[in-house]
Amino acid sequence: MSGSIDLYKDVWVFAEQNNGKILSVTFELLGEGRKLADSLGVNLCAVLLGSGIQDKAQDLAARGAQKIYIVDKPELAVFNDESYTAVLVDLVNKHKPGILLCGATTVGRSMSARAAALLNTGLIADCVGLVIDPATKNLLQTRPTLAGSLMSTSVTPGHRPQMATVRRKVMKEALLDTGRNSEILLQEVAAEVLKSRTKRLKLEVEAETTVNIVDADIIVSGGRGMQNAEGFAILRDLAGVLGAGVGASRAAVDSSWIAYSHQVGQTGKTVCPKIYFACGISGQIQHLAGISASDIIIAINKDPDAPIFKIATYGVVGDLFKLIPILTQEFRKLLKK
Amino acid sequence: MHIVVCVKQVPDSQSVKFDQNTNVMLREGVASILNPFDAYAVEEALRLKEKLGGSITAISMGPAQAESALREAIAMGVDKGILVNDPALAGSDAWVTGYVLALAIRKLGDAGLVICGKQGADGETAQVGPGIAAHLNVPQITYVRKIDEIDDKHLVAQRLLEEGHEFIDSSLPCVLTVVKEINEPRIASLKGKMAAKKAQIVKWTVLDIGADPAKVGLGGSTTKVLKIFAPPARQGGQIFTGEPEQVIGRLVEQLKDVVTAAAK
Ligand SMILES: Cc1cc2nc3c(=O)[nH]c(=O)nc-3n(C[C@H](O)[C@H](O)[C@H](O)COP(=O)(O)OP(=O)(O)OC[C@H]3O[C@@H](n4cnc5c(N)ncnc54)[C@H](O)[C@@H]3O)c2cc1C
Ligand SMILES: Nc1ncnc2c1ncn2[C@@H]1O[C@H](COP(=O)(O)O)[C@@H](O)[C@H]1O
Repeated sequence: MSGSIDLYKDVWVFAEQNNGKILSVTFELLGEGRKLADSLGVNLCAVLLGSGIQDKAQDLAARGAQKIYIVDKPELAVFNDESYTAVLVDLVNKHKPGILLCGATTVGRSMSARAAALLNTGLIADCVGLVIDPATKNLLQTRPTLAGSLMSTSVTPGHRPQMATVRRKVMKEALLDTGRNSEILLQEVAAEVLKSRTKRLKLEVEAETTVNIVDADIIVSGGRGMQNAEGFAILRDLAGVLGAGVGASRAAVDSSWIAYSHQVGQTGKTVCPKIYFACGISGQIQHLAGISASDIIIAINKDPDAPIFKIATYGVVGDLFKLIPILTQEFRKLLKK
Repeated sequence: MHIVVCVKQVPDSQSVKFDQNTNVMLREGVASILNPFDAYAVEEALRLKEKLGGSITAISMGPAQAESALREAIAMGVDKGILVNDPALAGSDAWVTGYVLALAIRKLGDAGLVICGKQGADGETAQVGPGIAAHLNVPQITYVRKIDEIDDKHLVAQRLLEEGHEFIDSSLPCVLTVVKEINEPRIASLKGKMAAKKAQIVKWTVLDIGADPAKVGLGGSTTKVLKIFAPPARQGGQIFTGEPEQVIGRLVEQLKDVVTAAAK
């Protein structure tokens, strides 16, 4: 951090893009950032890094970004921890935002942690609540800790920017807001800043994650109750009908029935779907840590005392091997598939 | 190669306590375990040493009792344990922890690779690994699920992403943070446990590592915890029991609208 904290003003949103497509979490951050900017009386700005991405500024302007800082360089074609962080740090030092928000994605968490260390400022990871304290004008940042068993609210009182990564699908997306003037500010950075000692050699997209569970509106998850790898076939049928992602408990992953990238929970992914089906999952705290923000949780379990029923919106007691195929059939009828 | 693993002691989830005034997690006199994620970091270091030779140092920053996390690492096969321990460090946040560990690693002088867990099971910030990398001015690869290639100068690692995984080449030294998928940690042997019992844990203070006293502890932390509270409880809802066709019928009736809206 350089200079007095009073010099740091605007609210910045890191506009994460992948292959030129802006991630939806960016629009959620603009939605939340708008509230923060209005309560502070400052500008809402976006930072967009990449290669050949300048036309995407329109999408950000349409969601209320008043200033859009763009660095468009071939070196930034794919995310790189070192160069992306260095560019972000450079822009922050030049323009001095008071608040900097990133999505709590792999990219966002990795980059913002490095950036916070370099900027000598605080970062609160995986926030689910952000609000300006009317008395101090500091950003109050709320996040779950200890596998979701507790919540904490923190501040970064003496350092700027106040940084946060924000959990996906918790904040509401910014509405289309075309009435504002947006300035597009194409930024130059020194060649030094674009250098990196790491390089992506290739990307392997996982065939099965056709519906990525962190983005999915519906997730169908299986646990030890699925009995074996073949058991997951009935879940995939259900997921296919619903256009849902397939998730799993650690017990299922540890038994090698399904890849680790599907694991939901404290040691796996945190998800936030509209509907979460927990099939043959008992509902241990480490699993619940990953699903507690779901709108609706449906539990299918033969044990009426399974802890999952204590938190499920709807519970069905019975044998999942009988129940799931009927459920799939009913949804197929409903959705005319 | 000299590999450094950063291991943290975390409170056993049953026995977490907080200071009433500062809201800082109390670490002294609380039943604690080796951060489960760090066992994967230790295991990966051991596998690399088997392949490349060299030595492994485990470093922890924490109260005196954090020694036992270092002894657990030594029992698994790590050569040496260093505890950065100083009353001045109490209440440090993630920024300070990254700063302090980086200084300790710099003092060692010859670390070729630093391995951390993905995150602490307590704070779950996942910030300390990248923080160490930033303070050491070396590259980082986070969420590593496999190391494909490694020699004295570089490595190729697979990083887990939302949509799959990417293969990244990095020069060494660098910092990795590893996910559970990377390996299956070994159980300490009897011989390892004996060695761990006898091992001398090296202790370094804030002065020893040359940290700026104004940048450590509660006072040096960039963030402050204002309050800790229980999350809004999720209420259990309706439970359906009975014949499969019937219960599914009732469930689908409830879900009709949301499913039609959300299905793709
Ligand atoms: C540090 C740490 C981190 C962890 N991280 C995670 C994590 O990220 N994610 C995670 O999921 N777990 C995690 N765990 C593990 C967690 O504690 C549980 O062990 C795990 O979630 C159990 O998985 P399960 O519910 O599938 O299995 P079980 O607890 O064995 O439950 C299986 C359920 O299936 C039901 N069932 C069986 N057959 C049928 C049938 N035919 N029809 C209907 N129901 C049936 C049973 O009644 C039972 O309730 C972690 C643990 C630790 C210590
Ligand atoms: N006090 C500490 N001492 C040693 N290593 C730590 C400490 N805190 C964090 N780490 C390392 O950083 C990783 C991420 O922790 P965290 O950033 O706290 O979620 C852990 O898995 C450890 O490898």
